[in-house]
Amino acid sequence: MTFVLPPGYRADPEGTHPAYDFEGYRSTALRHPTRPLHLLPQRLTEVTGPLFGEDRLQPGDNDLTQYDGGEAVGQRIIVHGRVLDGNGKAVPNALVEVWQANAGGRYRHVADQWPSPLDPHFAGFGRTVTDSDGHYSFTTIKPGAYPWRNHLNAWRPAHIHFSLFGQAFTQRLVTQMYFPDDPLFFQDPIFNSVPDEKARARMISSYDHDVTSDHWALGFKFDVVLRGREQTPFESERDDD
Amino acid sequence: MTELGCTPSQTVGPFLAIVLPWNDGPDVVPDGTPGAITITGRLVDGAGEPVPDGLIETWQADPQGRFAHPDDPRGPAAPGFRGFGRCPTDEDGRFWFRTLKPGVLPAEDGTQEAPHIDVSVFARGLLNRLVTRMYFPDEPAANEADPVLRTLDDEQRELLLLRAEADGTLRFGIRLQGEAETPFFRL
Repeated sequence: MTFVLPPGYRADPEGTHPAYDFEGYRSTALRHPTRPLHLLPQRLTEVTGPLFGEDRLQPGDNDLTQYDGGEAVGQRIIVHGRVLDGNGKAVPNALVEVWQANAGGRYRHVADQWPSPLDPHFAGFGRTVTDSDGHYSFTTIKPGAYPWRNHLNAWRPAHIHFSLFGQAFTQRLVTQMYFPDDPLFFQDPIFNSVPDEKARARMISSYDHDVTSDHWALGFKFDVVLRGREQTPFESERDDD
Repeated sequence: MTELGCTPSQTVGPFLAIVLPWNDGPDVVPDGTPGAITITGRLVDGAGEPVPDGLIETWQADPQGRFAHPDDPRGPAAPGFRGFGRCPTDEDGRFWFRTLKPGVLPAEDGTQEAPHIDVSVFARGLLNRLVTRMYFPDEPAANEADPVLRTLDDEQRELLLLRAEADGTLRFGIRLQGEAETPFFRL
């Protein structure tokens, strides 16, 4: 029997992802490659990838509002959505890891020293795995904006970092989720590093009143789309092999 | 079929260490696994300075060339082989993994890929991950025939080879920019 490689994943249209060299974001200056990238055709290593299940989770990992015996300060929110591929198909059993600043915009990290207090009851990280329908959900508090040294009076818009595995090495994605109508977008080089405006808009969550919970928390919806599989013309014949 | 636009990539930023490092991250295989190899390396920027806030991830086949994944058309890897490694860089830019050398892989038209490990690099200042590959120095024939290495020139090929150290470990330096810049790939 001849060996046939499984189909690969479609490349994203130009403008979907930031360039490595982006002048407005100073940290890229010494960290972007200067030689052209080589094409890596997708073979077995690229169409497979690590699959994680519940074994990577601890109880309560999708609730960031409880830490060290108490409750975090801030606007309680529920962030939920689906992880889909570019063909609109749910991505089940995908590990989703998130991290964020507290309500005052401070991260629990030694390198974050700006004078906004740490919250003793907010660690700022969570994990979950998508269900069979690709759905995930976190309860957290709305992160604050915070200053950084990239340019004069630079402030990062409120955001939550998302790390996703999908089901193949090729689908691996780290992104940031933003909140609707943030007045800080205009001056943020990280948000604006995405060339295509429509693609940029896909990083902004939407307010979701159906998930807002009465007298408890505001709901925000954030779907994440990973690369979709190439459709091969032989797809339907494969079962006859 | 509906085609959906993908969510753009963004940098991990300076605070990835809040959640991404795992206690067992560098253990692709547990301590004491027979035949385990140790890979060490250092991530440096265009000025040759260490990158202390990066994260390196690896993905690879087992020694038989199988993957712990249902899309491996030849069937799954031996149970228990995770195939995945993850290590944050330390203040000196250093990272390490304990793993098993992967096997050769079948590719298109009867060709074979030489043993290799796929690598993702994440860091503040990287708006998207960088992808590269590690190859093994004791596989000259397989490397010669490898369909990916064949697309690179000699100097570039050399930069993707692990280097055998006197203490038995293997070393892989990653340079983001400049002279001896690591060859990176687009997928």
